[in-house]
Amino acid sequence: MNEQAGLRGRAWFKALTGNNKPKAGDPNSILAADAPFGGETALFLCVVPNLESRFPCVRDGQVGLEEAYALATNIREAIAEDNNKPKAEKRPIIAVVDVKSQAYGRREETAGIFFAAAVSADAYASARMAGHPVISLIAGQAFSGGFLTHGYQANRILAFDDDGVVIHAMHKEAAARITRRSVAELEKLGHEIAPMSYDVRDYAKLGLLFRLLHTENPKNPTEAEIAGVKQALAEAIEDARAGKTDLSNHLESDAAKQTRKASIAVRNALETQWETA
Amino acid sequence: MSQTNIIPDFVMRRSFIELNGRARAQSLFDEGTWKELVGPFDRIESPWLPMQGIAPQSDDGCIVIKGKIGGSAAVAIAFEGAFQGGSVGEVSGAKMTAALDLATKDSESGRPTAAVLLLETGGVRLQEANLGLAAVAEVISSILALRQHAPVITIIAGTVGCFGGMSLAAGVSSYTIMTREARLGLNGPEVIEQESGIDEFDASDRALIWAIHGGEQRVGMGLADTLVEDDSEKIAAAVRSYIRAGVPIEHRSRQVKLYRDRIAALDTSQQIDPATLRHQWGNSTGGAR
Repeated sequence: MNEQAGLRGRAWFKALTGNNKPKAGDPNSILAADAPFGGETALFLCVVPNLESRFPCVRDGQVGLEEAYALATNIREAIAEDNNKPKAEKRPIIAVVDVKSQAYGRREETAGIFFAAAVSADAYASARMAGHPVISLIAGQAFSGGFLTHGYQANRILAFDDDGVVIHAMHKEAAARITRRSVAELEKLGHEIAPMSYDVRDYAKLGLLFRLLHTENPKNPTEAEIAGVKQALAEAIEDARAGKTDLSNHLESDAAKQTRKASIAVRNALETQWETA
Repeated sequence: MSQTNIIPDFVMRRSFIELNGRARAQSLFDEGTWKELVGPFDRIESPWLPMQGIAPQSDDGCIVIKGKIGGSAAVAIAFEGAFQGGSVGEVSGAKMTAALDLATKDSESGRPTAAVLLLETGGVRLQEANLGLAAVAEVISSILALRQHAPVITIIAGTVGCFGGMSLAAGVSSYTIMTREARLGLNGPEVIEQESGIDEFDASDRALIWAIHGGEQRVGMGLADTLVEDDSEKIAAAVRSYIRAGVPIEHRSRQVKLYRDRIAALDTSQQIDPATLRHQWGNSTGGAR
């Protein structure tokens, strides 16, 4: 079993912003704050559990309809406010990620959670394409549609390196059931096949991470650890500003060149054949 | 009485749903203008499936065709629902992203190239889990880049439907075409029943599933644009008309306030009645665009 989603997220949101309260108008599951960061202002965003949510299927820290639209609103406001600023002055947007999954609920499906998730992903990607450095700090869990909604459009992703960090398309029990394996078999396969693994150190082999970070107790970081994470985030911001605004860096790291050979082969072949078609 | 009078239209029409992914994609193009790229003979297969004792397919269940539609440059990318449930693997996902990026490059250099996505997919291929999820994020990003220059049109015809991460791809498309046999949602009924219990969603309740996820409902509530009969010519005509229409003035997925307000207005003390929701959303202004 994974630990309760959101505890790490809340702890790090507070550590980075000094703030722990939802904004007026936002649901209690969304923490959003503009906070001073390295001589400028950055927008920090986090999804946390709200036991009193009027949507029952998000109460354990899942990302649902209100969460997706609130994220998108906050991001769109930042884009609009910085619209006339040169790229170098557009505020960084930092997603603190610790989400259990998307909401698995009938209310959500009926009201189009697929579209709400798309609206949020669009907002994050639009910010990135407009020149905002969009950085994800994976402090805990980053599952499936929850991660697609909140964080996966970042142009730089950082993650803690301990066992409480899980980045995956589906939690173990369900993935085992659907692929007709035992959880033990699934764990064994994960060690042989990097994209199947639940271990963040294997995820790092996919070449999608800017950096792995270590803290002794991620739910209760020390001042020195907070300073270290801030330093890493600042470097990620600088790197994002110096790079492209798309996700082409996903395939450019040494790890990606090893693990994603097939992706690179597809791109090369398609590019060659495209010219003559 | 002549024969044409006694044979109803649906007997004469050419079904789209009965075509496989490749034939569906081909059927959209002007005759003699198209070519398949990185096809089965290029043999770029999933490296991950054989490691798990699963037979790969030489196109990885993704078909890319470039050509002309209604005289305009276009690329169609189809997910074949019959291979691994149309799931997004490393190779199939990379094909879609790369094709979208090449269309963007052409569009930016003065040759607008629309993309048509034929989505029959259950979402991420769990045997390639994290590379499938990353591929979905990349596909979304590449759709958003292209749709600034040329329309991205999603077709969900059925019968697999469009679920999981790729439902977000439909969500950020410029236009979505569906049939009554198509479904669109983030989580399928079985997954919801498994995760949240049968009281939340009874996956054996067919009427409920279609009332929520069905094409008629999605178009009716304004989260998809056109409901088309299962007829190849009608679907191709709908695609041509959207390519002619070009990039929408404001994409649906940028209308944050409209939809946030709609969610705020929902009574969540009980389950939401799909027919009532369709009436409320379908009748208010803004809807599709």
